[in-house]
Amino acid sequence: MSIAPLAASLEITPSYYLVLAAALFSIGAVGVLVRRNVLVMFMSVELMLNAVNLTFVAFAKALNDTAGQVLVFFTLVVAAAEVAVGLAIIVAIFRRRRGATADDLTVLKG
Amino acid sequence: MTVFLFFLMGGLTLLGALGVVLARNPVHSALFLVMTLLSVAVLFLLQDAELVAAVQVIVYAGAIVVLFIFVIMLLGVDRSEALTETLRFQRPIAVALGALVLVEILLLAGHSWATGAETTSGVPITGGGDFGTNIQRVARVLFTEFLWPFQLTAVLLVIAVVGSVVLAKRSGQPVGDEIDAAPGPQGESVP
Repeated sequence: MSIAPLAASLEITPSYYLVLAAALFSIGAVGVLVRRNVLVMFMSVELMLNAVNLTFVAFAKALNDTAGQVLVFFTLVVAAAEVAVGLAIIVAIFRRRRGATADDLTVLKG
Repeated sequence: MTVFLFFLMGGLTLLGALGVVLARNPVHSALFLVMTLLSVAVLFLLQDAELVAAVQVIVYAGAIVVLFIFVIMLLGVDRSEALTETLRFQRPIAVALGALVLVEILLLAGHSWATGAETTSGVPITGGGDFGTNIQRVARVLFTEFLWPFQLTAVLLVIAVVGSVVLAKRSGQPVGDEIDAAPGPQGESVP
């Protein structure tokens, strides 16, 4: 079996990166919906943000424009701010309720 | 070589992402998250985004994951979560919805995602005149066209830092005694 000629003829177009980013985003979305641990839900949100970053960089490469790479920094700043505030909220909740799963947070249930 | 690296790193990215979602222990999830982030950094390098790749490693894998692990260790939540379903059929429906999102992106957006739009910044990634290295190109765009959003991110970071400090501090009590067995409504007033 020789895959070297196949690999030589194959060219990685931006669509490959976009499909990969779409798969990464979907896995992150499923993670947010499936998991109960709030920390793991936050990590899944990070996966979705990384998929968006990958899309930005892929389009920057495809359109040959640096603005796509610059926008990654803004995503990164938003991710950092979200993690800081979110983890502070988790710590505050954990002090009150001795647990950090989404099932514990039913105070607002009508 | 590029093809090999793409498929290797793409596979590692998806494997790490599945590990984040499927691992029982949150510490394992955090380590799988590091794997995904480093693989994505290599994918950035493959697309001529050197500065973004370096920032990805330093900020994401360095700072954010360390913050995650720090909170996991601080709270001691590294035990597996309960598998009882409070909502019936939540997990199968969630997986089906995720697959639906993937199909939507691939089918609907995939038709027209290579739009051939005009460039906006006027600074190409490679070539196109005397713009210097990747860092110089990113800096040129960031400090000219995106200067106002860049200043706004500073405001956002200050708000986030102040907010997390206010949230992490218990109002009216010293920080040391965190666990007391009175989870009742205390009326914690944050101005």
